[in-house]
Amino acid sequence: MHSFGYRANALLTFAITILALMCAMASLSDNLNSPSPSAHVQVLNVNWFQKQPNGNDEVSMTMNISADLQSLFTWNTKQVFVFLAAEYETPKNSLNQISLWDGIIPSKEHAKFWIHTSNKYRFIDQGRNLRGKEFNLTMHWHVMPKTGKMFADKIVMPGYRLPEEYR
Amino acid sequence: MINDDGEMESEQRMDWQGQKLAEQLMQILLLSFAVVAFTTGYFMASFQMMILTYFGGVVLTTLVTVPNWPFYNRHPLQWLDPSEVEKHPKPPPSANSTSKKKAVKK
Repeated sequence: MHSFGYRANALLTFAITILALMCAMASLSDNLNSPSPSAHVQVLNVNWFQKQPNGNDEVSMTMNISADLQSLFTWNTKQVFVFLAAEYETPKNSLNQISLWDGIIPSKEHAKFWIHTSNKYRFIDQGRNLRGKEFNLTMHWHVMPKTGKMFADKIVMPGYRLPEEYR
Repeated sequence: MINDDGEMESEQRMDWQGQKLAEQLMQILLLSFAVVAFTTGYFMASFQMMILTYFGGVVLTTLVTVPNWPFYNRHPLQWLDPSEVEKHPKPPPSANSTSKKKAVKK
């Protein structure tokens, strides 16, 4: 501590060590938040449902997606990535997961939303198992913090069924 | 301008107690600013607020503890006067060390 340079160096080192600690504490403080998000999806219409020339089933549908993810946001949240997946079981795969829609929520103000949309990504099965298939729509989200650990969770909404016939 | 080394050092460097004070001040100030910044950020729910408060604190601490302010030099070293040293001449080299060296050589 005898010269200008040594004092400046000591201060900078200590200041940055403390900053790292503060960031760690900010990340830990996220655990105090117990979120209570809600999501609801209504399948309004199956626009078309057909077998592709290569034999795979493909569906297009219109949905009403509404969700309230405001409680996921804390002071240490940068953004939330959210996607809606159709999940179902086939003889070949115990879990098929197809992303139908996704979005990035930049702030708490945008975290309560409803969207009327057809599926953003194509709903294609590996095979032709979709006729009369019962499936879940699952809202997945990843909370991206400013510092520290990323959290992920989901809401499973069961009880959707595809039509028995192609149309 | 500069009469001797002693004079130059007292101008450039903090005295011992000043150094101790500067280090303690630095640690205490930074820690308290960290606590203040974290609390402000948490209760205002703004991460940016925490960073800004802390950065302000770091700048203030730098201004207080890094420059060699006069109040860090209130306890200058009192060097003995050269005439005083002449009155107490160095003891002659001890016979102890020389005998040891001889013992090793054997």
